[in-house]
Amino acid sequence: MTVESTAARKPRRSAGSKAGTTGTERTTRTTARKSAEPELVQLLTPEGKRVKNAKNAEYAKYVAGVTPEELRGLYRDMVLTRRFDAEATALQRQGELGLWASLLGQEAAQIGSGRALRDDDYVFPTYREHGVAWCRGVDPANLLGMFRGVNNGGWDPNGNNFHLYTIVIGSQTLHATGYAMGVAKDGADSAVIAYFGDGASSQGDVAESFTFSAVYNAPVVFFCQNNQWAISEPTEKQTRVPLYQRAQGYGFPGVRVDGNDVLACLAVTRWALDRARDGEGPTLVEAYTYRMGAHTTSDDPTKYRADEEREAWEAKDPILRLRRHLEASNHTDEGFFAELEAESEALGRRVREAVRAMPDPDRFAIFENVYADGHALVDEERAQFAAYQASFATESESGFVAGSGGN
Amino acid sequence: MAETVTSKNLALAKAINESLRRALEADPKVLIMGEDVGKLGGVFRVTDGLQKDFGESRVIDTPLAESGIVGTAIGLALRGYRPVVEIQFDGFVFPAYDQIVTQLAKMHARSLGKVKLPVVVRIPYGGGIGAVEHHSESPEALFAHVSGLKIVSPSNASDAYWMMQQAIQSDDPVIFFEPKRRYWDKGEVNFEAIPGPLHKAQVVREGTDLTLVAYGPMVKLCQEVAAAAAEEGKNLEVLDLRSVSPMDFDAIQTSVEKTRRLVVVHEAPVFFGSGAEIAARITERCFYHLEAPVLRVGGYHAPYPPARLEEEYLPGLDRVLDAVDRALAY
Repeated sequence: MTVESTAARKPRRSAGSKAGTTGTERTTRTTARKSAEPELVQLLTPEGKRVKNAKNAEYAKYVAGVTPEELRGLYRDMVLTRRFDAEATALQRQGELGLWASLLGQEAAQIGSGRALRDDDYVFPTYREHGVAWCRGVDPANLLGMFRGVNNGGWDPNGNNFHLYTIVIGSQTLHATGYAMGVAKDGADSAVIAYFGDGASSQGDVAESFTFSAVYNAPVVFFCQNNQWAISEPTEKQTRVPLYQRAQGYGFPGVRVDGNDVLACLAVTRWALDRARDGEGPTLVEAYTYRMGAHTTSDDPTKYRADEEREAWEAKDPILRLRRHLEASNHTDEGFFAELEAESEALGRRVREAVRAMPDPDRFAIFENVYADGHALVDEERAQFAAYQASFATESESGFVAGSGGN
Repeated sequence: MAETVTSKNLALAKAINESLRRALEADPKVLIMGEDVGKLGGVFRVTDGLQKDFGESRVIDTPLAESGIVGTAIGLALRGYRPVVEIQFDGFVFPAYDQIVTQLAKMHARSLGKVKLPVVVRIPYGGGIGAVEHHSESPEALFAHVSGLKIVSPSNASDAYWMMQQAIQSDDPVIFFEPKRRYWDKGEVNFEAIPGPLHKAQVVREGTDLTLVAYGPMVKLCQEVAAAAAEEGKNLEVLDLRSVSPMDFDAIQTSVEKTRRLVVVHEAPVFFGSGAEIAARITERCFYHLEAPVLRVGGYHAPYPPARLEEEYLPGLDRVLDAVDRALAY
């Protein structure tokens, strides 16, 4: 038994190494893993050049018909999303928001996948999917309510088929799977997409959603944005295999795509959505990208990661990449960029004004919508709260304030 | 034959089965989900025969993953379905606790009322059947503490039938605690009855000297206690709460204003149990009526014991009578 297993493991060790110490094995394994970093689907290089090869062909055909206008549209989406995100970060710094979770660096993953969707598809986001929300037509200002602290979700999920942001990591992958099971029961050809991250991949709910979706052949795409960091923990703390490979163990395909390449993200997501619509079940897409900013405005990445890493990813910037491609292809002129710049500023201004005008909720909102059909205790406590509040009004009306001749 | 039958004598488990069947017939959006609920009909046979008659797409054998069951039920509810999920045993609900507390309970509020999640979570609960560890627990207080959930527990076959109908019709998530040791107790179920409101308590025995409050498996015990006490000349009232959240405090108050003494009985541990909440609120409401402090009889602050000791741990006839005597001694 022991001999067999030793023999089976031998070829994996580097040639010439003796039955080494645990330390040697560890080094060897790490090296092997790094050198074996899998290729990803890429259609645009960081320099903006179209990649055409046999490996990408299967996916490239999904964007073969993309027009210059559509490319400009993707560029516009990414620029406006980044502008909105920057405005939200600024609003947090100005005290208008309690917190903001920036998507900086992940624009291509979100716009590429978001633009692959049909209106009747349904999206289950994390709390960082501002680009996807943009694609779905959710008013950007509405995304800010929960970060300002005036509500816990400010939009109607069924208005744009875009579910509320989910904060507890990974929970929404099960909701997406259940929703997709319902789509299949209805005989509809819609698809469902669940967003999550590298950190969420460790959650049991994500594993269970893989199991359920595989068993029921649910039309769901698991779109994992591996942005390399779960707050301070690198992906190495979540997994020993590339995340997309996890799908294999559940019996459905997984693919890694360049998450900073909007065209590749569009193509791969279209492919995965088509599989779902065609009754071929779930797909895992790992969009390999980078969280350029902090986890949230409360985070300080200088404590745990090096500037060099960020700089290396800056060279792969998703917006710059598409701009280079557009310019090299003569798909744009200066007027396009100038107009977009003006549009960006207008968006920033509109969001800023909307947030500043956002009123605090009425205090009785605490008791609203706790139940759909009501609850005696909520009614009782609301009445107690009202009586307590009214006791102040009575005092001020009859006494000090009334006599002070205030406004 | 079926058309003329308006009433049947059914075991409690069978009454739930009939109720689920009726719901599946009445509404194509109703689904049954859980481990072993299909072919096997559930480990207690509560869903017996339903998959055969309604098919695998409506009576769904799920993977063995409780969080997955509740999480996907939430997704199905978002799509417009009304899932009734079974958690096989009380002690197995905790892998799903996060989905229930964090997602199921809060979605209506956080969507500002735009999303409703009509999900029923059925949980066979409580002890008294000589089961192994994690099969005899009473975790209702752990759910009652969470706003957004409704929690009910029938004590008899008729209530089991009708309360399940009402739970499935509710637009709020309902945790439906089934008293597993009463599954085989038979009672008359009238299929054409007009049921009372789901969350109203019911006086099941009128009395004047003291009120016994219970729900689920302990109602029958309290009726036995009242019968035994009657032989000693004590006239006890028994109130079946039926609903833990919301709780019918008005009904308890009405009874206590009459009897002036209250003993609460549940299998769950006394510490932070529903009896504590009842004691606090009835003290507030009935301070000048009470002749004795509200007493509680329940489980101890210890893990549910091995089966050979469960009769020592569970409230029994003598322990409840002892509490009654102590309350009457004030």
